[in-house]
Amino acid sequence: MKNQSAVIFRIFLYGILIAPLVLFMLYAFSERWFFPAPFPTAWTTNIVTRMLNDPRTTSGLFISIGIAMLVSFLSLLIGFPAARTLGSRVFRGRQIAWLIFFLPTVVPPLAVGMGLNILFLRLGWSGTLFGVILAHLVPTLPYTIFTLSGVFSRYDENYEHQALVLGSSRLRIFFTVTLRLVFPGLIVAGLFAFLISWSQYLLTLLIGGGKILTLPMLLFSAVSGGNPTSIAALSLLFVAPPVIIIAASARFLVQHGNTIREQY
Amino acid sequence: MFKRMDFSSPWIKLAPAILVISLLFGASILFGLAQSFGLMTGTGQESISFEAYRNVFSGQGPAGREFWSSLGFSLWVATASTLLSAIGALTIAIWLSNRKGKSQQTDTLALNWNLAFPHLVWAIALLLFFSQSGLLARFAATLGLIQMPADFPILVKDRSGIGIILDYVTKEIPFLTLIVLAVLRSQAENLDIVAENLGASRWQRLWYITIPQVLPALMAGSLIVFGFVFSAYEVPAILGVRYPRMLPVLALDFFLNPDLNSRAEGMVISFVITLIVMIVAIISLRGEKEDTQE
Repeated sequence: MKNQSAVIFRIFLYGILIAPLVLFMLYAFSERWFFPAPFPTAWTTNIVTRMLNDPRTTSGLFISIGIAMLVSFLSLLIGFPAARTLGSRVFRGRQIAWLIFFLPTVVPPLAVGMGLNILFLRLGWSGTLFGVILAHLVPTLPYTIFTLSGVFSRYDENYEHQALVLGSSRLRIFFTVTLRLVFPGLIVAGLFAFLISWSQYLLTLLIGGGKILTLPMLLFSAVSGGNPTSIAALSLLFVAPPVIIIAASARFLVQHGNTIREQY
Repeated sequence: MFKRMDFSSPWIKLAPAILVISLLFGASILFGLAQSFGLMTGTGQESISFEAYRNVFSGQGPAGREFWSSLGFSLWVATASTLLSAIGALTIAIWLSNRKGKSQQTDTLALNWNLAFPHLVWAIALLLFFSQSGLLARFAATLGLIQMPADFPILVKDRSGIGIILDYVTKEIPFLTLIVLAVLRSQAENLDIVAENLGASRWQRLWYITIPQVLPALMAGSLIVFGFVFSAYEVPAILGVRYPRMLPVLALDFFLNPDLNSRAEGMVISFVITLIVMIVAIISLRGEKEDTQE
C-alpha cells in the first residue's frame, strides 16, 4: 500500500519535471494544430530553424550568455574575500557588514532598477552592457557572499596552516588547498549567480532601456505578440542553459547541502 | 599555535564588495526617494513636493484609484500563494521524510529540479497549458467535456488571480518542502519513538512533535515566499489581467508612462512594496533568531 502510493507519487513528480519541456516542444514543432486536436496534426522544424537563424535571437542568446558569465565571474571575484571574512572571522562591525549585504536581498529589483534608471541615465551608463552588468551585481553579489560565507563558516583553516608549515607558498595553498575544499560551494554560488542574471528581466529593461536585448526581453515581447509557436520555441532556447546547468550540478547541489534560498 | 594567519583588518577584504553594493544600492534608494518627491523626473521641478504621495494614497485620480485595489489584490495573491504552498509543502515533506536511503537523495534532486525553470518560463508554461485553447482544454475537448475553447474555465489571465496563485504554489511547494525536509532529517527520531512508546497515536505525534519541530523554519521560509510573491513582476505581468493588477505591475506601468508626472507616483508605489517586504523580512529574521537561540 505504502509502496504503491510512493510509486504513484514518483510518476507524478517526474511527470511534472519533464512536462514543461514536452509542452514547449509540442508547440514549437507544431505546424498545424487546430483546437480540439490534443496533439499537433502536422509537424515542422521550420519555426525553430527560423528562430535560430534570426539575428535578433542569436545576438540575444550571446548577449545573455556574455552578461550572465561576466556577472557570475565578477560576483565570485568580489564576493570570495568578503565571504571568507564574513564566514570565518569575528570582528567588530560584522553585523553592519552583514546588514549591508542583506538589504539588497530584501529590497525588490523593481525599486533598485527604478532608482538606478535615472542615475545611470545621467552617467551615460544606461543602454550599455557595462550598466546592465553593474545593475545585475546588486542581486547576485549578496547571494554569492551568503552562499560562500555559509561554506566558510564550516571550513577548517588548519588544512592551510598545515600546508604553510610544510613550506607551501600562499598562492599554492590558495589553489591546491582552499579552492579544492570550497569547490562545491563555489560551483553552486557561481551557477546561481549565472541563473539569477540569466533570468533577469526588470533590471535589464530599466537599465538597458530597450537597447540591450537579452533573451528575457525577447521572450516578453514574444508573449505580448501572442503566437504560441514562437513563444514556445523561444522558451525552449531560454530554458536550455538552466536545465543543463541544474542537471550537471545536481551532484554539487546535494553535496552543498544548503537549501537554495534565492528566488529568480 | 597560531589561530589566524591573517592579521590584516577584515575591512580590507570586505571593501570591494561593500563599495559595489553600498554605492549601487545606496544610490538607487537615494535617487528613488528624490524621484518620489518629484525631483529629477524630467519635469523641471526643483523643489520637494509630496504631490505623488498624496495622489497615490488619496484614493482619487488614476494612481490613487487603482492603488488601493491593487494593494488588496497583491495581498490576496501573496497570502493565498503562501498559505497554500506552506500547507502543501508540510504535507509532502512529512510524507517524504519516512523514506530513507537512496530514495532520499532522489527526492532532494527532484525537488531541486524546479530551479531549472525560472519563474518567467514557468509562467509561460502555465499559460500554454491552462489557457482556454491550451493543452488542458484540448484534452477536455477530446474527452468530450467541452465543445469550444470558451467552454473551458478561465484559469489563467483571470480577474481573481487564480493563474498567478497556481504558478507560485507550484513553484514554491518544492522550495518550502526542501526547507522542511532539511529540518526533519536533521532531527533525531528519538522524540517520535519515545512518544510512540508512551502510547501517542500517529496524529498526536504529528501534532505535538513533528509540526512544532518544523514550524519555525516553515514560518521563516513562508515569509520569504510572501515577500517574493508580493514584489515580483514577471508572473503577474504574464498571467495577470489589465484590472486588477498587482502592485509591481502598476508601479512599473506608472514609472514608464510617457507622462513624466506619473513617474513619481510609480516610485511611491515601489516604495510601498519595499516597505511591506522589509517589514515581512524583519519578522522572518526575528523568528529565525529566536529559533537559533533555543
